[in-house]
Amino acid sequence: MLADILNTLPQVLVDGLALGAIYAVIALGYTMVYGILELINFAHGEIFMTGAFIGVAMLILMTGMGWLAAMPAILALILVLVVTSILTGFMGVGIERMAYRPLRNSPKLITLISAIGVSFLLQDLVRFITEYKRGNYILTGPSMFNSQFTIKFSSVSSSFSDAFFKTSTLILIICVVVMMVALDFFVNKTKWGMAMRAVAQDRDTASLMSINVNKVISLTFFIGSALGGATGVLFAVQYGTIDPYIGFILGLKAFTAAVLGGIGNIRGAMAGGIMLGLLEMFAAANLQLLTNGVLGAEYKDVFAFAILIIVLIFKPEGLFGKAVTEKV
Amino acid sequence: MGIKKGLKVIAASALSLGLLAGCNAGGSSGSGEGSGKVIKIATQTPLSGGSATLGESIKLGAQLALEDNKKKFEDLGYKLQLVPYDDQADPKKGVANAQLIGSDKSILGVVGHLNSGVSIPSSEVYEKYKVPMVSPANTATEVTDRGLKTVNRIVARDDFQGPAGADFAMKKLGAKKIFVIQDKTAYGTGLADAFKKAAEDAGAEILGYEGITVGEKDFNGVLTQVLAKKPDLVFFGGLYTEGGQLIRQARDKGISIPFMGGDGLDSSTLVEIAGDAVNNVYYTSVAADSSKTSEGQAFASKYKEKFNKNVESYSAYGYDSMSVLLAGLEAAIKGSDGELPARENVAEEVRKIQDFKGVVTQVGFDDIGDNKFAKVYIYKFSEPKYPGVQEGEISK
Repeated sequence: MLADILNTLPQVLVDGLALGAIYAVIALGYTMVYGILELINFAHGEIFMTGAFIGVAMLILMTGMGWLAAMPAILALILVLVVTSILTGFMGVGIERMAYRPLRNSPKLITLISAIGVSFLLQDLVRFITEYKRGNYILTGPSMFNSQFTIKFSSVSSSFSDAFFKTSTLILIICVVVMMVALDFFVNKTKWGMAMRAVAQDRDTASLMSINVNKVISLTFFIGSALGGATGVLFAVQYGTIDPYIGFILGLKAFTAAVLGGIGNIRGAMAGGIMLGLLEMFAAANLQLLTNGVLGAEYKDVFAFAILIIVLIFKPEGLFGKAVTEKV
Repeated sequence: MGIKKGLKVIAASALSLGLLAGCNAGGSSGSGEGSGKVIKIATQTPLSGGSATLGESIKLGAQLALEDNKKKFEDLGYKLQLVPYDDQADPKKGVANAQLIGSDKSILGVVGHLNSGVSIPSSEVYEKYKVPMVSPANTATEVTDRGLKTVNRIVARDDFQGPAGADFAMKKLGAKKIFVIQDKTAYGTGLADAFKKAAEDAGAEILGYEGITVGEKDFNGVLTQVLAKKPDLVFFGGLYTEGGQLIRQARDKGISIPFMGGDGLDSSTLVEIAGDAVNNVYYTSVAADSSKTSEGQAFASKYKEKFNKNVESYSAYGYDSMSVLLAGLEAAIKGSDGELPARENVAEEVRKIQDFKGVVTQVGFDDIGDNKFAKVYIYKFSEPKYPGVQEGEISK
């Protein structure tokens, strides 16, 4: 049994890392907003989805005009990533301004319901536009970065088998690492980052210290949504096909990852996301072996969530979270 | 010139004869003699909405069959008339139309529906009014499993697709070690279970039986298992959205073995999602490619000539359904010595049909109205183009 698990391990690690990287960046969006507003922004999964649609629409448009063939694919991808993240960033700011700010002083539950409403609105809006333009809401982008790689794990040790992956997986992982390092730097080392941390700690005191709280909150939404939108593009390139409902399941899992890492904690969200992706992929590949065929791959989420529950029983604040006494 | 003039004369005389005949028919209808008795046959298919193309093609197929048989029934003293209804692929509309059909006493049969979901509630109404129905396209097991006397279908049942796929996979593709993946829905699990059972009975080794979640996009975990276990074939019970992703990701992992699925993969979107990866993918369908036989080609050209449209996958099934219904009607008329038969007699005669040869189907009903000769057809994608090419057919 152990030999079988070891045998597939390299492939599981590569796939798990790719999926986990996506969870991690989306989890960042949840955790940043929660840290600053104590609001679970359920529309974040839909911002990710909208980003994926904007990205694919741009890629299709560029293919139609022949630009994609004319410039290096990586340049085209960077262009699409930048434009998409700016658009989704402003979208996030707009959502905050219209759906959350007027409710900032009302009970938390009301803002939460507003968030769910926004998420439905975005889902159906994207579905409507895509269906109107293309006659089908399932959208397939141009295929990019399709060349395959093999890492010869088998040459390291004969108990491993080779791992296959595509160039897009590599690009995905690199982009995500760059985004996470940049964000970490921004939050911890810059003046605006310090302002964000201050608002997260105590909004009223921060405003007394001449911090423009509304501006900081808008900035948080901008960054979180821009990252989400960019991940959407990477997701679309990696998996090829998107539909307006991808944000729901992915958003839910990314939120779980944020909780696992300790909600409100940025590094925690990164670690939680990657951990959840690895766990899920490991379970899908090995659950049948581990349980002797009783439980199949379809129970991978049960496995991953069981581990989440165990972690939360022993460390309710999450892996990286700090226990805070209730603010009065 | 001479010929043209001659034609004109003939046309004019035909016209006047027609007028006279019309007068005659009008005059004699009171006495109940001649070709005055009208028998109506209804079709109920979606003529508007998303599946209107398919619904329309069934209606046109049925119309063609009715016109081909018109002469025969005029000799028996009846005038056939087609009444098309639009069920809009909506069960509520289907039932409302069924009520109208039931209350029109001159309607003696229905060809329909396209969707099993519409067919099931509507046929409850047909049963109440004893109107015989022949379905050209419904595959859900529940359509006939309720044991209604009036409900018949000429296509195969859903639960035959799995065994047919297994038969083809083992005999034609030589698959010995098979990996089964399903999407945990009623359709996917049912199909995959039926396939698995049939394949095991035939001696195949099932290397794995795994589930995936509808709505997810990453199936690499399950595919890692496929990669490790090295099967000859992967069977997927599910729909084209997940199927397309699964096939694409499998090919990215270097898994080049054939994939097989049910009619859930029978969609142009599958080709769009999977792209080049769709090569070497097989799917089963209950509809035959009518261009494969000479009868089918003759039908297609006649259809084209009459309606100026190309045949769709179910056009010939519309034609055959109507032909079967009319064969039953003819037997019922003969059985009642030329009198107008009661609806239940027509239903009985339709059910009694044991060996009827249509354009694409051979029809013989068993005691619940399933076609004993129904076949499942296997299609293959060899290039990213929809539809695939018909590779084989499996009968029970």
